[in-house]
Amino acid sequence: MAGIELLSDQGYRLDGRKATELRKVQARMGVFGQADGSAYLEQGNTKVLAVVYGPHEVRGARSKILYDRAVINCQYSMATFSTAERKRRPHGDRKSSEMSLHLKQTFEAAVLTQLYPRSQIDIYVKILQADGGNYSACVNAATLAVIDAGIPMRDYVCACTAGFVDDTPLADLCHAEESGGGTSLAVALLPRGGQIALLQMDARLHQDHLDTLMEAAMTACKGVSKVLDEVVRQHLQEMSILTGE
Amino acid sequence: MLKSKTFVKKTRSGGILKVVREHYLRDDIWCGSEVCVECKDESPVLEKDPCMESSMCTFPHYLIPDTNVVLHQIDVLEDPLIRNVIILQTVLQEVRHRSAPAYKRIKDAIHNKEKHFYTFTNEHHRETFIEREPGESANDRNDRAIRAAAHWYSKHIPDSAEIKVVMLTNDRLNKEKAEQTGLLVYRCDEYIKSLIANPELVDRLALTSDEKNEITSSKILFPEHLPLSQIQSGIKSGKYIQGTFRANRDNFLEGTVFVHGEGDESTEILLQGLQKLNRAVHQDVVAVELLPQEDWVAPSAVVLQDDGSKGEDEEEEEEEEEKKLQTKQVHRDSLKPTGRVVGIIKRNWRPYCGMLTLSHIKESTRHLFTPADRRIPRIRIETRQAATLEGQRIMVAIDGWPKNSRYPRGHFMKNLGSAGDKETETEVLLLEHDVPHLPFSQNVLSFLPSMPWAITEDDMNRREDLRHLCVCSVDPPGCTDIDDALHCRELENGNLEVGVHIADVSHFIRPGNAMDQEAASRGTTVYLCGKRIDMVPELLSSNLCSLRSNVERLAFSCIWEMNDNAEILNTRFTKSVINSKASLTYAEAQMKIDDRNMNDDITKNLRGLNKLAKILKAGRIEKGALTLSSPEVRFHIDSETHDPIDLQTKELQETNSMVEEFMLLANISVAQKIYDEFSECALLRKHPSPPPSNYDILHKAIKTKNLVIHTDSAKELADSLNQADIEGFPYFNTLLRILATRCMMQAVYFCSGLDSDFRHYGLATPIYTHFTSPIRRYSDIIVHRLLAVAIGADSTYPALMDKHKQAALCNNLNYRHKMAQYAQRASVAFHTQLFFKSRGILNEEGFILFVRKNAIIVLIPKFGLEGTVFFENKDKPSPKMTFNEEVPTLTVEGHTFNLFDRVRVTISLDASNIQHQKIRMSLLEPVIPGVSVPLPEAEPEAKKAKLDR
Ligand SMILES: [Zn+2]
Repeated sequence: MAGIELLSDQGYRLDGRKATELRKVQARMGVFGQADGSAYLEQGNTKVLAVVYGPHEVRGARSKILYDRAVINCQYSMATFSTAERKRRPHGDRKSSEMSLHLKQTFEAAVLTQLYPRSQIDIYVKILQADGGNYSACVNAATLAVIDAGIPMRDYVCACTAGFVDDTPLADLCHAEESGGGTSLAVALLPRGGQIALLQMDARLHQDHLDTLMEAAMTACKGVSKVLDEVVRQHLQEMSILTGE
Repeated sequence: MLKSKTFVKKTRSGGILKVVREHYLRDDIWCGSEVCVECKDESPVLEKDPCMESSMCTFPHYLIPDTNVVLHQIDVLEDPLIRNVIILQTVLQEVRHRSAPAYKRIKDAIHNKEKHFYTFTNEHHRETFIEREPGESANDRNDRAIRAAAHWYSKHIPDSAEIKVVMLTNDRLNKEKAEQTGLLVYRCDEYIKSLIANPELVDRLALTSDEKNEITSSKILFPEHLPLSQIQSGIKSGKYIQGTFRANRDNFLEGTVFVHGEGDESTEILLQGLQKLNRAVHQDVVAVELLPQEDWVAPSAVVLQDDGSKGEDEEEEEEEEEKKLQTKQVHRDSLKPTGRVVGIIKRNWRPYCGMLTLSHIKESTRHLFTPADRRIPRIRIETRQAATLEGQRIMVAIDGWPKNSRYPRGHFMKNLGSAGDKETETEVLLLEHDVPHLPFSQNVLSFLPSMPWAITEDDMNRREDLRHLCVCSVDPPGCTDIDDALHCRELENGNLEVGVHIADVSHFIRPGNAMDQEAASRGTTVYLCGKRIDMVPELLSSNLCSLRSNVERLAFSCIWEMNDNAEILNTRFTKSVINSKASLTYAEAQMKIDDRNMNDDITKNLRGLNKLAKILKAGRIEKGALTLSSPEVRFHIDSETHDPIDLQTKELQETNSMVEEFMLLANISVAQKIYDEFSECALLRKHPSPPPSNYDILHKAIKTKNLVIHTDSAKELADSLNQADIEGFPYFNTLLRILATRCMMQAVYFCSGLDSDFRHYGLATPIYTHFTSPIRRYSDIIVHRLLAVAIGADSTYPALMDKHKQAALCNNLNYRHKMAQYAQRASVAFHTQLFFKSRGILNEEGFILFVRKNAIIVLIPKFGLEGTVFFENKDKPSPKMTFNEEVPTLTVEGHTFNLFDRVRVTISLDASNIQHQKIRMSLLEPVIPGVSVPLPEAEPEAKKAKLDR
């Protein structure tokens, strides 16, 4: 009868958060010994594994080689068990290719590719469990994995979504909110300089609201960046204890 | 604190899903009480000295009602006496799912600052959230959550405050469990009865099924209703059929179930007898089972009214009546599919207006209530105020209909006033036509601009300044909600610039806020005789949005450049600021145009407009636009007594048509623009062409006068109407147009993305919408928003671009417009009755509009009044009548009545049934012995009794 109420009169969302609050973000780096870099990240119930190989020589067609910088190769996939209904095609469908492309664009903007001419960096991300904000969780996980691999970047790339309900911007949408209608905007931000690496939105939104929504998404990204920063520092500390330096 | 919720859900395709959701539990949700020192609430809602004097709770206390109390006892909770109530989120959510009207009412109560209702978000609170236990039903879990929250409150509020928390529930089990844990808990009726300040509140309590009620006899009268699960599987297997129950207005033992089919395949199933009806109430969605074909019956032509004459306990008689229905011999062909109700899928009960029939037993507190709507059964209620309620119109809600009770049980809600009283009857007709007419809630009013209001610099920068233009408005006299104004001026290149300026209501009413929702729900302003029920608060309708003269107002303008032949060269739309130079009435404007001595700007303006309008109108008629006519009457209302003192049919002036012409043009221009811009979600208005069979009556009618009429297209119809004239009978053409109006279909709003036929038949235009009256029609507000987005003057929002939401809105608007029209007619009818009541019997000339099997329908041009002359009389032998359906004619005792015949009739008021007063007409001329009545004499009172039978 009466759909779901995404934001109550008292200002609480379905899962008990307030409009500007993020979901809980937890992450671990270096989870995967064989790869050059790896990270596991949970953003609420969205769980992602990111793995980085490289920089290494360009594999396959030589025509791909760029002589002034490194090629970034991204592959996005979803585990068959990641959604409530089992997925038939975990990768290679249109949505996955689009997502791969978005990730590639994001990291081309963030990684200092000119340091590695004629080489290639592979970033693989896999969604283990999907609960909204897949793109942003992937970016955040991949950032950690790239750092783990020791590849220099301009800054952390932090991504987050924001939506719009009853004139109120909501930060970091969960699946129920994403499918509940309305707009969803994803932003990937280099927080220190405030540069936007990628901005994506599929629904219609009037220009007047764009600024408020972007503002909300960027604030959320900065929130994410604090968490990531902490994870990296924590990881370094652990590593330095292990290596005894 | 983080909690993970896991539950299993069934998808639409039938698969089983496991859904995992996160749930964040918080410790920053405040209790909302003024006495609390622990919580950091800045503006607590609950007072520190809650005062509701109760003989049971002699201490200050807050109330916590459970879901069923809010759902069923909202009438009581709304009373100003009840304050300081904690509404739990659990309760609010359950109410939201189960009843939209109750949800709206409780939200209004929460928004009302004087009520001190506080919403406690217990489901997100760390200490009050509870998890569903294995094997526990959702309902039980929610009851437990309510108890947990009540518990938390009783611990949380400091003892020093001496405020206690009282939980209200009608569920026995819930109450027992709450008592075990040491909570203060009462049944709702118990508590309300203990209130000292207002003993009358008790009557408004809904009876709950939990109470064992001794009213009902132990005899089981009706078959049991099947549970919903069984009904659903029955419908799936085809054993039962789902449909909407429609009671028969004239026979309380009969009804039909309307079954929606694909396209035109809808069918009806007949139900006869109380057992088969099985407690279905008009408009309920029911499940029926078809009876075997040998048990099918024919609809009976008997009129049976469950009227007030029968008392409380005389139920035996009815069984007799039921037999009467069935023993009639009927023809096999007239047998209809017959069924019986096996269960109720959804009750569609609403509050009903009506009157009390007092019990014969003097001290009894149980009485029968007779609703004004004859399709609704009588309702048994319990009240102690019966003596004061006698002769009053009251409102009653149904609470339930147990299988051992002849009548549904309900409770008294509200006294509307004495029957027959003007205010009361107006209230009744508003309620019965579902016209939302309560004063606007505080929540709605809070979205009004603050006064004094002025146009800001920001407004000026965003808008075109048209204050210098000589704009004026032309409206009926006494109009305070002026939504349109016009201007016309010559341009340097010799062309004319014509502007239609419409009140910019969408500037004040922003999408989605409470005021917008209220306006969307009301859909239209309703004009009754001497009363107006606004769609938007008066500050907007009669002041800030009204384009009055000599004040600066915001407008949405549609401006054309035209040449002398009224051909549009250029159209543009803009948000603007105007300053109207004059608010004229139609008559004043007409006078200016006609007076050759007047040569001021306004007059020149009007003459230019008038000239263009004539060309536009001629062009429209050339294309086949119809000018139809329906008798409209205006009452001259006495300014002090508000009684109608005179009655007059509306006359039209040239200026009426002038304004109309430009409004039509603006509507068409805007329709085209928004459709071009938003082909999927433009809100448009269409008028379907009527199916040819609709015109049968018109063809037959005109044949009797040896004329022909062509109805193949609107153009042909318009032409034949123009040519149909009879010498010496000037009113004939008007009569014909009145008949043609009856053949038409209803014009409706629709969403362009969900329809393919856009034509407006009556106006002969391929596309049309409503843009020019945003103060009184919500459709126009949506159209304004679409147009504003189209020209980049305002922002969009998701619902505006969602064609399904818009289609739902259109449904509501069409419904509201229909109901408003009915209410208007009912109001005219009531005032007509008042008018004739004070007049006694009149003797008037009329024309026959229709003939029926046993009656003629007569139109009195002088009053625009239509009435029926019956030739059958209960206590007289019927005259000899022959009805010829082909022509059609009716022959009574040798005299043949044809359509359009001139007759004379007497008009009087039949007030024998106070709930259903009627205008009666009796034949004076032609004189038919034994049928017509003698001319009324000088003293009408004496005759009246006779006429009334
Ligand atoms: Zn507190």
